[in-house]
Amino acid sequence: MSTLAVHDHAGTHHDEHGHEHHHDQSFLSKYVFSMDHKMIAKQFLITGITMAVIAMILSILFRIQLAYPDKTFPLLTTLLGRFAPNGRISPDFYLALVTIHGTIMVFFVLTAGLSGTFANLLIPLQVGARDMASPFMNMLSYWFFFLASVIMLSSFFVQKGPASGGWTIYPPLSALPKAMPGSGEGMTLWLISMVLFVASSLMGGINYVSTVLNMRTKGMDLWKMPLTIWALFLTAILGILAFPVLVAGVVLLIFDRSVGTSFYLSDIVLNGVQQPFEGGSPILFQHLFWFLGHPEVYIVIMPAMGISSEIMSVNSRKPIFGYHAMVYSLIGITVLSFIVWGHHMFVTGMNPFLGGVFMITTLIIAVPSAVKTFNWLATLWRGNIRFTPAMLFAIGMVSFFISGGLTGIFLGNAALDINLHDTYFVVAHFHLVMGSAAIFGMLAGVYHWFPKMFGRMMDEKLGYLHFWLTFICAYLVFFPMHFMGLDGVPRRYYAFTEFASMQKWLTINTFVTWAAIIAALTQFGFLYNFFVSIFKGRKATQNPWESNTLEWTTPVEHLHGNWPGEIPTVYRWPYDYSKPGAEEDYIPQTVPYSQTMSSNQPHDFEDNPAGLEELNKFTSTLKANEQVK
Amino acid sequence: MGFRKLINSKKLLSFFAAFMLLGTNLLMAQTAAAGAAQEEAPKVDWTGVAYYVLIFFLICLGIAIVGKILKVYDLTLKMQGKKGIKWNTVMAVICIVFLVAGLYGAFWSFTEQGSMTLPEAASAHGVKIDEMFTVTTVLTMIVFFVTQILLFGFLFQYRHSDKRRAHFLPHNNTIEKVWTIAPAIVLTILVVFGFFTWQKIMNSENLKGDINIDVTGHQFAWELRYPGKDGVLGPKDFRLVTGANLLGVNFKKKSSFDDLRVDTMYLPVNKSIRLNILAQDVIHSVYMPHFRVQLNAVPGLPTFFKFTPTITTAEMRTKLDDPKFEYTLYCNKICGGSHYNMQKVVRVVTEAEYQSWLSRQKPYLNDALRKELHFASADNAQSGASTNRLALNN
Repeated sequence: MSTLAVHDHAGTHHDEHGHEHHHDQSFLSKYVFSMDHKMIAKQFLITGITMAVIAMILSILFRIQLAYPDKTFPLLTTLLGRFAPNGRISPDFYLALVTIHGTIMVFFVLTAGLSGTFANLLIPLQVGARDMASPFMNMLSYWFFFLASVIMLSSFFVQKGPASGGWTIYPPLSALPKAMPGSGEGMTLWLISMVLFVASSLMGGINYVSTVLNMRTKGMDLWKMPLTIWALFLTAILGILAFPVLVAGVVLLIFDRSVGTSFYLSDIVLNGVQQPFEGGSPILFQHLFWFLGHPEVYIVIMPAMGISSEIMSVNSRKPIFGYHAMVYSLIGITVLSFIVWGHHMFVTGMNPFLGGVFMITTLIIAVPSAVKTFNWLATLWRGNIRFTPAMLFAIGMVSFFISGGLTGIFLGNAALDINLHDTYFVVAHFHLVMGSAAIFGMLAGVYHWFPKMFGRMMDEKLGYLHFWLTFICAYLVFFPMHFMGLDGVPRRYYAFTEFASMQKWLTINTFVTWAAIIAALTQFGFLYNFFVSIFKGRKATQNPWESNTLEWTTPVEHLHGNWPGEIPTVYRWPYDYSKPGAEEDYIPQTVPYSQTMSSNQPHDFEDNPAGLEELNKFTSTLKANEQVK
Repeated sequence: MGFRKLINSKKLLSFFAAFMLLGTNLLMAQTAAAGAAQEEAPKVDWTGVAYYVLIFFLICLGIAIVGKILKVYDLTLKMQGKKGIKWNTVMAVICIVFLVAGLYGAFWSFTEQGSMTLPEAASAHGVKIDEMFTVTTVLTMIVFFVTQILLFGFLFQYRHSDKRRAHFLPHNNTIEKVWTIAPAIVLTILVVFGFFTWQKIMNSENLKGDINIDVTGHQFAWELRYPGKDGVLGPKDFRLVTGANLLGVNFKKKSSFDDLRVDTMYLPVNKSIRLNILAQDVIHSVYMPHFRVQLNAVPGLPTFFKFTPTITTAEMRTKLDDPKFEYTLYCNKICGGSHYNMQKVVRVVTEAEYQSWLSRQKPYLNDALRKELHFASADNAQSGASTNRLALNN
């Protein structure tokens, strides 16, 4: 079935293809309303990077407030106007900064920017398809995302400022416009933006899943797919199953806000005035939110895992260790991620028995994560490691994943969570395990596939500098935060000046802020490298990293349809690096076993008895020849 | 490629740069003047912004120059027929330097900042939580140090060499089984240990001797209510909230009459305390880190947390050698602009001190409330009915 579909598609495309060579596409259809998956990937990437820079600037703003709670910065008033009266960010705007920073980073950068970029770029190229299953829907997916981004950012321009109830927007705080300024129009815009975002994400996800399932090239069975594709495929499934629940939660919240229903509200007296809400439950929203929210963190981290696996295998010139275990652990994470959401709610007043159950499921999910980590280490063991910037970022991802993942064992334990919940320990945990790790996975992907995207290379040395400064600063920022959390310092506090017990952390806060500022400035080096290399970078060769996967068999110059002739057939798994007996230290997936008789192993023919027989014949003749000599 | 031309246009770029420079200069001059006018001695000198920007550009320039030097050096090496800078080796060395520095840094952080964390648990169940914490920390830190050392050690050990080929090792089922089962066993131990600790803490039964205390959160303060001699707190209803009856206590019930209005939370040592946790407007969270107590205060969902304080404030002061030490209760769930300053002082005292303090507390039913109730009993019923009609989902 699948091969048939591919052939049909290929056939129709060939005609179109000839057609395209004669007419140049207009600017609008090439760069703006493009339906080519490679261009859409670039659109996602550049929008994602833009959003990331904005979110990073927001984080520096609130870090300045935390480091210097007593000082005034008149420049802030000039820049932010009423949001920062008298040179200090106002408490309400501080919360808005925290909220929008979180929202942008989690959804717009690490979901759309990461999955959107690499699923669009890599799925057709690595499975051997001419484009996505539905290029038009793919285009819509980007434009919904763009619209959602614009609406989210536009909330900075409404009178009372953007949403400020935290990125989790728990009602009643987010449901009562009078509870805080950000719960007015800002929250309305947040909700509209998120609905559009989810629509975008769903259109993307359905496309990714159907492309992976139906449009693989000849020979590309599921067990020959690179781990990037496995990760992006399972991520898309997670998104399709989880995001609609967020929409449900958001729609009910919109009803509570605008229509007067009481889904989430009950027994409320706001500023001494009784509110006419009865019978709702704020906990319901939390269940709905975290039913998405927890899979969401895996939506964020799994593509980074897939990308890192691929890059680490290519650059240590060694097959990924335990390919099957890697896939099964991804599947395990995917399934388990749906039954652990309650660990965000241990202390919400949820039934304690439920807390116990969620604790068990949560700690089980640590097992596949541990397997992945050990497999990465085993991949590096006795490798021949090339330090490209992409490789360094992939390693950074592993390091962060270990550091941040281990603290998850504390937080997943309901008894320990009592005292750690909502403290800086949590902030440190998730910024390492899903923030930094996922960003590093994304940056690794950008460095690795930049030649594929733009036909040029990025500057390596600047990449090295970018990596080391960012890596060190990220640890300097987040490592001390663990101890703040262990001292009971809560997150989302505007200032620690009101508590005698927290004032001792002020010097640490200043230190953290400066580390963050250095990390942020370092990113300008990346931006410079990225944008200058698009136009002036060294021209890339077809397969600059000597990689096995299919995307490196396409020509450097992009063309709609990816391969000029027939789509290549796949004969082997993507990780035949440094195979004993092979001439080169890599054998691309498109090389049939018949051409590599000297390096074939019985293991290669586990499900192919005819091939095994061939191999046995070959080895016996080889032996016979030797005996004759 | 109009797009490309636009970006490459040097005129546009230089114009933009000049605009930015002049524009920001102007701004800085203005703000500096404004800043100086507003405050007498602000240490932040905002002509400094230009200074910092300049420093940044100088650093960038420095990096660019170093980059060029390295390139020239690399090229000369290659011209001499040598191999050029071995970046793989350079990176591998940096990896090992990072590992050593990082391990030292982590160790330093553990000793230096680790000593700034919370003192020993001041409650009975808190001791168990701390034991768990120690076990988890030891286990995870072993994994942390071993894996990070292996990670960066491998990077150094197996750095690229032209002479060598990587070892082809696609999988090894035995070792994979080992490192699936080993974490599974460790986690099972932690889960079982944690599960029973958690159950014990949360599934506390209601005992007769418990001291019931009502903690109600609203923007942005906590209200405390202690029961009177009967030991029973009167019922509440949000519809009854008025200016004088902030909590909406129902005075149709007898148990309400002797309730006490309290400002600081006093707790007798070694007595089981039951905190009844409520919120009026948005979600708050009762957080008392010294007692390892935290539970959200959710409007419409009354919750409770039971614990037994074991160390009095006075004892803790001598232990920490800090005469000003106070236990605190503060909000730990984002609740609005003043979330960062929503605290109550908690004092753990001996039974005798507690009783004498209790006898000095004023009843909840004060004169203003008496007056209000007297006149407003009819009003109350009406307003209650009207809110009922307004509630749309009924």
